[in-house]
Amino acid sequence: MLKDVLRILENDARTTTKQIATMTGTPVAEVTKLIKQAEKDKLILKYKTIVNWDRIEDDQVWAIIEVKVAPEPEAGFDSIASRIAQFGQVRSLYLASGTYDLLLVVMGKSERQVADFVSENLAHIEGVKGTVTHFVLKRYKVDGEILEGGEGVKRQPVIL
Amino acid sequence: MSARKSEHSRKKEKIVSDRVNRLSPSGIRKFFDLLASIEGVISLGVGEPDFATPWHISEAAVRSLERGYTMYTSNSGMPELREETARYLKDKYNIKYEPSGEILITVGVSEAMDLAMRAILNPGDEVIMPDPHYVAYDSCVILAGGEPVLVPTSQENNFEVEAKDIEARITDKTRAILIGYPANPTGAVMSRKKLLAIADVAKRHNLLVVSDEIYARLVYGVEHTCFASLPGVRENTILLGGFSKAYAMTGWRIGYAVAPKEIITAMTKIHQYTIMSAPTMAQVAAIEALKTGESSVMEMVEDYDRRRKIIVKGLGDIGLSCFEPKGAFYAFPSIAVTGMTSEDFSEKLLMEEKVAVVPGSAFGDCGEGYVRCCYATSLADIEEALTRMKRFVKKYSK
Ligand SMILES: Cc1ncc(COP(=O)(O)O)c(C=O)c1O
Repeated sequence: MLKDVLRILENDARTTTKQIATMTGTPVAEVTKLIKQAEKDKLILKYKTIVNWDRIEDDQVWAIIEVKVAPEPEAGFDSIASRIAQFGQVRSLYLASGTYDLLLVVMGKSERQVADFVSENLAHIEGVKGTVTHFVLKRYKVDGEILEGGEGVKRQPVIL
Repeated sequence: MSARKSEHSRKKEKIVSDRVNRLSPSGIRKFFDLLASIEGVISLGVGEPDFATPWHISEAAVRSLERGYTMYTSNSGMPELREETARYLKDKYNIKYEPSGEILITVGVSEAMDLAMRAILNPGDEVIMPDPHYVAYDSCVILAGGEPVLVPTSQENNFEVEAKDIEARITDKTRAILIGYPANPTGAVMSRKKLLAIADVAKRHNLLVVSDEIYARLVYGVEHTCFASLPGVRENTILLGGFSKAYAMTGWRIGYAVAPKEIITAMTKIHQYTIMSAPTMAQVAAIEALKTGESSVMEMVEDYDRRRKIIVKGLGDIGLSCFEPKGAFYAFPSIAVTGMTSEDFSEKLLMEEKVAVVPGSAFGDCGEGYVRCCYATSLADIEEALTRMKRFVKKYSK
């Protein structure tokens, strides 16, 4: 039940409580309660919109940054990761298997700004052993949504 | 000028065969031409999924083209597709059909239906079918030289067809019973118990049953009973299935018929002379669908179910009472409150509020007084359509 509600909202955060109630066959009051609780429990973190910024401005620079770190004896990767996560420029942060440890998705206003973040902020964090920065040349798909060329359903006016 | 015109139309009557002239003139045809000419219409009229084919399925076909799979296949379809179909039917319904001999891959259920009727009917043979029904059913019977015999169904019975009503219409000429559940246009699903009663009638009178189960996967909160899986009916059953609805593959034109060998052999004969083989790339896509499409089907079904609940409740709220459709993607509300015929209702609704629905009368006399609303369209469009229909119904309610 809770999972149903979360899936519906994850797909479209603007689905109304009333609609969700009908879709799941649950009283409106109960859906409201469930959502309130999920927000309180931080199951629902935020309601956001996917914007295709590329179409209206070009002063956004995205970079994917691989970071090698020396894990701390007690805290492992978690404490370094939580420090890096504090930076507003860091839009996503993952611990990954493979040749590096942390994977960052960073957004800045210019390449300069992203470069500064790497050299001024990231490199100075204790435990960071090395970084590899990949600037994003083009974004094709964001959070499951294709940005361009997704022309939607091409239905012809047929009958039957 | 007018003399020439009438001469022309007389000639035309002769040009076209009596059989074709008998097919019901498609009242909805003109209606949809009208629709295409108006801007900003929200259509609840189209009877197909609003999803694109899941990409992994399309991909398989693209790859097959790259590898040169551009030739005919065996008449009955690629062996692998027939094997996968057999496996699927065994897994889902525990019914066993031989991939070679008892399964024919067709150009959709559309072709399969046509083949089935042509393979089993002699001139004048009768086929009993529910009213309302999918528009192709009676046409296929007529084109094959048979006579459709209609069994009325109604909202009171959730549009399920009753075995006793079928039995009452059996004559010396009856050859087959044609059913299609989950149903287009009503969304009705038949309970196992009622299907068992039909199976019993078919066995006692030695009739064939043609079961169109194209919507088998689109059921909500109930189980689909495959007619062929009922005890003792295997020898009497022609089961038609397809990919169009479950896998959002309407444009691929691919489906299948399964039946005892004698029938499939007869159907294959017609198929080999009129079609050769179903589209090869579509067959490859269908193999992929059967092998890996399950989770996509479940996702789509979950999504349809949400919209189904919204539209059924919404229609009820605006006074268009609607029995709960448990299958397919149609709601079939009664428009009795307006006192209009379903054609009037649909035409006025289109002109005044730019919402397209299909008049129930297009599916048979028993569909009069209802309209078919397909909810395979975006939630936003459904909500907007409901708002417009609310205004409309309020204006015309008696
Ligand atoms: C009940 C029914 N049977 C058969 C078909 C045709 O299916 P296919 O695309 O497999 O030819 C449809 C399509 O609308 C349908 O609604």
